[in-house]
Amino acid sequence: MRRRTFMGAAGAAAVTLALSGAALAQEAVKIGLILPMTGPFASTGRQIEAAAKLYMQQHGDTVAGKKIQLILKDDTGVADVTKRLAQELIVNDKIAVMAGFGLTPLALAPAPLATQAKVPQVVMAAATATITEASPYIVRTSFTLPQATVPMAEWAAKNDIKKVVTLVSDYGPGIDAEKAFTSAFTAKGGQVENLRVPLANPDFSPFLQKVADAKPDALFVFVPSGIGAQFMKQFVERGLDKSGIKLIGPGDVTDDDILNGMGDVALGAITTHHYSAAHDSPENKSFVEAFKKANNGMRPNFMAVGGYDGMHLIYEGLKKTNGQGGQALIDAMKGMSWTSPRGPVSIDPQTRDIVQNIYVRKVERKDGELYNVEFATIPNVKDPVKAAKSN
Amino acid sequence: MLTILFDGIAYGMLLFVLACGLAVTLGLMNFVNLAHGAFAMAGGYVTAVLMNRSGVPFLATLPLAFIVPAILGLVLERTLYKQLYTRSHLDQVLFSIGLVFMAVAAVDYSFGSQQQLIQLPTWLQGRIDVLGVQIGLYRSFIIVICGALVVALQLILTRTRFGSRLRAAVDDPRVARGLGINVSLIFATTFAFGSGLAGLGGALGAEILGLDPTFPLKFMIYFLIVVTVGGTTTITGPFLASLLLGIADVAGKYYVPSVGAFVIYTLMIVVLVLRPQGLFERAR
Repeated sequence: MRRRTFMGAAGAAAVTLALSGAALAQEAVKIGLILPMTGPFASTGRQIEAAAKLYMQQHGDTVAGKKIQLILKDDTGVADVTKRLAQELIVNDKIAVMAGFGLTPLALAPAPLATQAKVPQVVMAAATATITEASPYIVRTSFTLPQATVPMAEWAAKNDIKKVVTLVSDYGPGIDAEKAFTSAFTAKGGQVENLRVPLANPDFSPFLQKVADAKPDALFVFVPSGIGAQFMKQFVERGLDKSGIKLIGPGDVTDDDILNGMGDVALGAITTHHYSAAHDSPENKSFVEAFKKANNGMRPNFMAVGGYDGMHLIYEGLKKTNGQGGQALIDAMKGMSWTSPRGPVSIDPQTRDIVQNIYVRKVERKDGELYNVEFATIPNVKDPVKAAKSN
Repeated sequence: MLTILFDGIAYGMLLFVLACGLAVTLGLMNFVNLAHGAFAMAGGYVTAVLMNRSGVPFLATLPLAFIVPAILGLVLERTLYKQLYTRSHLDQVLFSIGLVFMAVAAVDYSFGSQQQLIQLPTWLQGRIDVLGVQIGLYRSFIIVICGALVVALQLILTRTRFGSRLRAAVDDPRVARGLGINVSLIFATTFAFGSGLAGLGGALGAEILGLDPTFPLKFMIYFLIVVTVGGTTTITGPFLASLLLGIADVAGKYYVPSVGAFVIYTLMIVVLVLRPQGLFERAR
C-alpha cells in the first residue's frame, strides 16, 4: 500500500517535473529515441537510428531557435526496459518528445507514461493497429499491418485469385494479418484456408507440403522478417513456385534490408507495403542515396523511412509550437501532411495514425540487385481497423 | 505421405548430427555441456562467412565447418572444461550456459544479429521425382552424409581400439589410467570430435534451420530432447530418437497443424514416463 502511494507520488512528480522542465529548458529540446539496438531486433534499431541521424544531418540541429538534442537509448527489445528508460528520460532528462519503439509491446509499455506526463510518443516502427489507442499522446509514422494487408486481399480478388492459403507465424501481428486478410478476401467472394506456424519453428516443410496439397491460387504469408528468407527458400525448394502458386503477403517478408541476400528464390513474390527502396520519386532517390552513403552501403528499409518521417514530424511540429513540447506539440502534429520518400503521407487528426499510399510490388532484379518494384498504387489508405470502428 | 516421411527423416538426420556430439559428451564423458549448440553455431558461421565474404564453394566449406569448431572445442576443453569434469552437474550447467550467452553476444557483436543466408550450389537446389515421391535434393544430400556419419561413428566406437579405450576410460577412468590409457588425451579428442560434428551439423542446417546468434539457445531444447529420449550410452539410441522425433515433428505438423508444435514434447513426456532411462537403454 505504501509502495503504491509512493508510485503515485512519483508519477505526479514526473508530471510536474516534465511540465516545469519544458519551461526551464529553453535552450535545448531533447528527443528521447528508444530502440532495440542489441538483441534479435537490432536491425530495426540500426535502421531507425541511421535514418534519424541522417535527418538531423540534412536539416540541421536547430529548430525555432532551439537546439535539438537526440538521446539514444537501447531497450534490447524488452518491454520492461523500454518503460524504465522512458521514465528516466521523462523525469531526469526532461525530454520534449519520445520516439522509436521497434515492436508492439515496446510501444505499449511506455504509453501510460506518455499520457501521465503529456509527452508525445512518436511510434516509428511497431505496427499493431491498436497502438495509437493506448494513449492520446501516441502518433505513428510507420504503418499498421491491416493497412498493408487489406489492399493485398483486394488486389488478389481483382486478379483472378480465388483460393488462398494463409500461413502466418502464431503471434500478435501474424494473427492480425491473418484476420485482416481473411475477412477482406472472403468479403470479396474468395476462399481462404488458415495455417498458423509456431513462432519458434525450425522447419517449414510440413506446412508447405500442406499448402502444396491444397493447391491454392496463392499463398499469403506473414512471418517475422528474419525468418522470411528461410521461408522463401523452402517455398522454392518444394517447387511451389513452379506449380503456379503465387506468393503474396505484406511487405515484411521481402524486407529491403535482407531481400538481396535471399537470392533468386524471392523473385516474383508479390507484396503490398508502404515503402520500397525502389520507389520512383526524386525524394526517395536522394533519401536512398544519402542513406547508403552515410551507412556503408546499407539499403534503407521500411523501418528507416518510419524513423526519417518520425523525425520530420517532430521537427515540423516543433516549428509550429516554437519549440514547445507536451499538448501543444501533439496538437501541432495532428493533421500534418508532407511528401515523404515513400510518397504523400499525412497524420489522421482523429486517430493520430498515418494515412499513406499502399503500393503493390513485385520482386525483380534491377541493376544486379533484388528490389520490390512497385506496379500499382492504392492512394491514401487509412488504418482499416480504426476506420471500421469509427463507422 | 512418403514425402512427409522423407522430410521427417532428413530433419531427424540433421538433428542427430547436431546432437550426437552432446550424446558423446553427456553419455560417455558424463559432462553436461549445454554450450553444445554454440559449436554448431560456430560451424554454421564458418560456412556462411566463407561463402558470403570469400566466395568459397559450399562443399569446400564443410570440412572447415568441422575443423574450426573441433579446434575451438579442443582449446576450450583443455583450458576450461577440463577443470569441471569432477565438479557437480549444477556447476557444469551453470558454466556451460554462461558460455552460451558469451557465444551469443560475441557472434552478435562480430557478425550482427541478422539471419545469415547461404546460397546452395544449383545442383543441390530443387527436387526430383522418384517413383512418384517428390524428393528434395538438398534433403537427400543431408540423409546421405548423415547416414555415412552414423555408420562411421558406430564402427569407430565398437570396432576400433580407440573406441574400446574410450569406453574403458568412461567406465572407470582410474583403472583405465592404471592400464596405461591416456584418459585425458582420449577425452580431449572425443570432445573435439563431438564439437566438430556439431559444427558440421550447424553448417548443413544453416539452409533449413536458419542461422543467427540465438541459434544455440533456440536449438538447445531439441538437442536435449534427442539425448534424453535416446539415452546416452550408445550412438544408435540418439540416432533412432532423432529419426523418431524428426518424423513425429514433421508428420504432426502436417496432419494436426493446430497442435503440431506440441507433438515432440508430448512424445518426450510419454517416453520419459515409460522409460525414464531413455528409449533404447537398459535400466541400470
